Amino acid sequence: MVNKFKRTKRRRVIPGFPLSLGITLAMVSMIVLIPMASIIICASDLSLYDFVKIVMAKDVRSGYMVSFSCALIAALINCIFGVILAWVFVRYEFPGKRILDGLIELPFALPTAVAGISLTALYSDQGWIGSIFAKFGIKIAYTKVGITIAMVFIGIPFVVRAIQPVLEKFDPQYEEAAAMLGANGRKTFIKVIFPEILPAMLTGFGLALARGIGEYGSVIFIAGNIPYKTQIAPLLIMSKLEQLKYTDATAIALVMLVVSFLILLLLNIIQVHATKRTT
Amino acid sequence: MRKGSKKVFTLSVVVLLTVGGLTGCKGNSSSSDDSIDITNVSYDPTREFYEAYNVEFAKYYKDKTGKKVTVTQSHGGSGKQARSVIEGNEADIVTLALAHDITSIEEAGLIEKGWLEEFDKNSSPYTSTIVFLVRKGNEKNIKDWSDLIKDGVNVITPNPKTSGGACWNFLSAWAYADYLYIGDETQIRNFVTKLYKNVSVLDSGARGATTTFVENGQGDVLIAWENEAYLTLEEHPDEYEIITPSISILAEPSVAIVDDVAKKRKTEEVAKEYLEYLYSDVGQRLAGENYYRPSNPEILKEFSDVFNLSINMVTIADFGGWDKAYEVYFQDGGVFDQIYTQ
Amino acid sequence: MNIEQESVNLKKGTKVTKVVLIGVSLVFVLIMLVIPMLVLIVYALKDGGTKYIEAITDPYTIKALRLTIVATVTAVAINTFFGLFAAWAVSKFHFRGKQLLLTIIDIPFAVSPVIAGLIFILTFGRIGWAHDFLNAHNIKVVFAVPGVIIATIFVTFPFISREIIPVLNAQGRDEEEAAALMGASGFHIFRKITLPHMKWALLYGIVLCSARAMGEFGAVSVLSGHLRGKTNTLPLHVEIIYNEFKLSAAFAVSSILVVLAVIILILRNIVEYKAKKGGR
Repeated sequence: MVNKFKRTKRRRVIPGFPLSLGITLAMVSMIVLIPMASIIICASDLSLYDFVKIVMAKDVRSGYMVSFSCALIAALINCIFGVILAWVFVRYEFPGKRILDGLIELPFALPTAVAGISLTALYSDQGWIGSIFAKFGIKIAYTKVGITIAMVFIGIPFVVRAIQPVLEKFDPQYEEAAAMLGANGRKTFIKVIFPEILPAMLTGFGLALARGIGEYGSVIFIAGNIPYKTQIAPLLIMSKLEQLKYTDATAIALVMLVVSFLILLLLNIIQVHATKRTT
Repeated sequence: MRKGSKKVFTLSVVVLLTVGGLTGCKGNSSSSDDSIDITNVSYDPTREFYEAYNVEFAKYYKDKTGKKVTVTQSHGGSGKQARSVIEGNEADIVTLALAHDITSIEEAGLIEKGWLEEFDKNSSPYTSTIVFLVRKGNEKNIKDWSDLIKDGVNVITPNPKTSGGACWNFLSAWAYADYLYIGDETQIRNFVTKLYKNVSVLDSGARGATTTFVENGQGDVLIAWENEAYLTLEEHPDEYEIITPSISILAEPSVAIVDDVAKKRKTEEVAKEYLEYLYSDVGQRLAGENYYRPSNPEILKEFSDVFNLSINMVTIADFGGWDKAYEVYFQDGGVFDQIYTQ
Repeated sequence: MNIEQESVNLKKGTKVTKVVLIGVSLVFVLIMLVIPMLVLIVYALKDGGTKYIEAITDPYTIKALRLTIVATVTAVAINTFFGLFAAWAVSKFHFRGKQLLLTIIDIPFAVSPVIAGLIFILTFGRIGWAHDFLNAHNIKVVFAVPGVIIATIFVTFPFISREIIPVLNAQGRDEEEAAALMGASGFHIFRKITLPHMKWALLYGIVLCSARAMGEFGAVSVLSGHLRGKTNTLPLHVEIIYNEFKLSAAFAVSSILVVLAVIILILRNIVEYKAKKGGR
């Protein structure tokens, strides 16, 4: 059996392919695919016409817009700061670095509601930070800016922790070599380091984006939830469920899911090409 | 590799099975003869009330039958709790904020028809109403619903589409406008629309709205359930005032036995006893102490220094019952949605 | 001379960059993470120390803590197991549909927590298609501890594989191939070559996974039933206390989660320190 396998797929010299792929597929099916199928089964109770009517309703469309646009901006912000943070943690030594590094996971450990309440308290026009902005007439909490901040908060660990291990493994020799050859700091970064961390960055970006689109608990407190202005898509799902309209809820969810899935798939494909180019 | 993975695999299987097994046994609550385990699925914020009540009830039941009863409590948003029971959360008893939520469980086939008449006063052992909470001093001089539609008044109330309790807020305002304009639908609509135009934050739940108003200093007035307004006063003494409007609505939290589960677990008798005891003097006083209006008028009078008893209250029957009210006002495309699409 | 001059300039340049970058990081972490944390502590201690102790020693809090730990440990164990195999399969071999598989692994990230809970309800709940079977065998999944654990596994499912895969991809597979050609067994290759390459990523993955598992609220909330002392995890307990108008107690209980996160962090640092010391 093993011999036959080796003969037909000669290029696979490393052992363990059937076992590892088998376990992977089995667990993916059990934990992800089979339960996810339920959502499709449930949404398939709808006729195509009803489905379109539900997901294209005016309030639903505006909910998508709010969720997607805020999540996109938040993911971009996270990318920029995520690269800087990961770089600082890996490359520099300074007092308090360990503590700073450890704080990154906190957004995950905090229950989303607590995070939401804390952020709102901070960024409302009476809060420590919000009051400073309020003096200039800028409202943060209860606007899209507030939603974006909550999404930055919950997404930052994804980006930092995706880039960090890659940087950690990246040999500074390459940079030194580049510097020796006369490249300046910016050039070294763009030509040598950036391509190396790009795939990881894309992963982090995609995850932060997907998480932001679906986020409910922490956003709900800071959003203000005014229909057509600051109402996020997951809130509409909740409102459908409140009316026990499971199919409607799953229809809205399905659209969000497909969009997120496509974003992630696209990023995964880009990532593979990026990896191929650099290695 | 196989060796190593086997170990891990066996380990995780063992962990799963132990955990699953342990809880599986517990879940089935094979109650022995002298101890009974029942589950009360309730809403927020009745935790303290039922915590105290469960102690009293256990005492009473032990004296009466010699059996020990343990009540497992569950709390959450009323609509969500109803849904969890429909989805398979095995509650012997539900004590929820709205009759509508219990009706949904009935429609799912878990509660028998006629539950509303099973216990006294529409199966509502305690009631509440909708009031205003304003900051100390009442700067904007808010006295009644008509003050809420004035320019520059900033109102906080939760979204009735995600918070069942907030439906009462909407209906109270509607009832006031109905009285004011003697049933002229266009004018009532304008009134309510104006009111919701003044709402700056539409939280998803009552508690979130209170936090927005209290902790984050948003808005001039919070429309809230009376018992929750009192809980806020308790948490922040001397910072807020409760204003009772001229017209409000009688909010009737309802209770019922989940017949399907109680039959299966043979807890019908104790469940009935549990809900009936809510109407006893002990139960009624506990409700009053937790800022619910006792449904027994005698005991309600004992709390006349807490509650404004002169308030004019409409009931849900004036709106044609819950199911009709829900359909007209809160279903997708209903009156509430129309306010925001205009 | 010229070269020396340049390298001095370069060093100066990097020094400025360093200060600027550290500064930016500090400000970001301060505004986004430290200050919200301070808000939490201020709220937690608002009613005084005794109230704080009371809140965190409440028997129901302890029970919730225990369940949270059980769910977290199980989720981390299962997801590590999965992550190692998935990373091996994905990074060491070419096969069709790899991107699809990777994306499917990512799905739990993309699913709104609200929906993550709902899918299990639609599967195992009274309205779900697997309910009749489960009921016939008297198995309770949702509204019982197994449901809580499954939901936790689901939401943290991709964490560990997701952390390891980019690192293994960046590393390539030449070393493993060489070792395999020389006749090393799979497990041996894994232990001697692959594991050292990915140990940091694995560590990050485990830390992320446990942090997320501890804090998970949305999905668990939908299918736990909030049974006090039975299926309430710490985040759910926090929510209930908060809804009871006990803001400060709610934040006090959340601070337990922060402490847990700190403990995990300390453990990570110890592991990292020892490994670095021993490894070099």
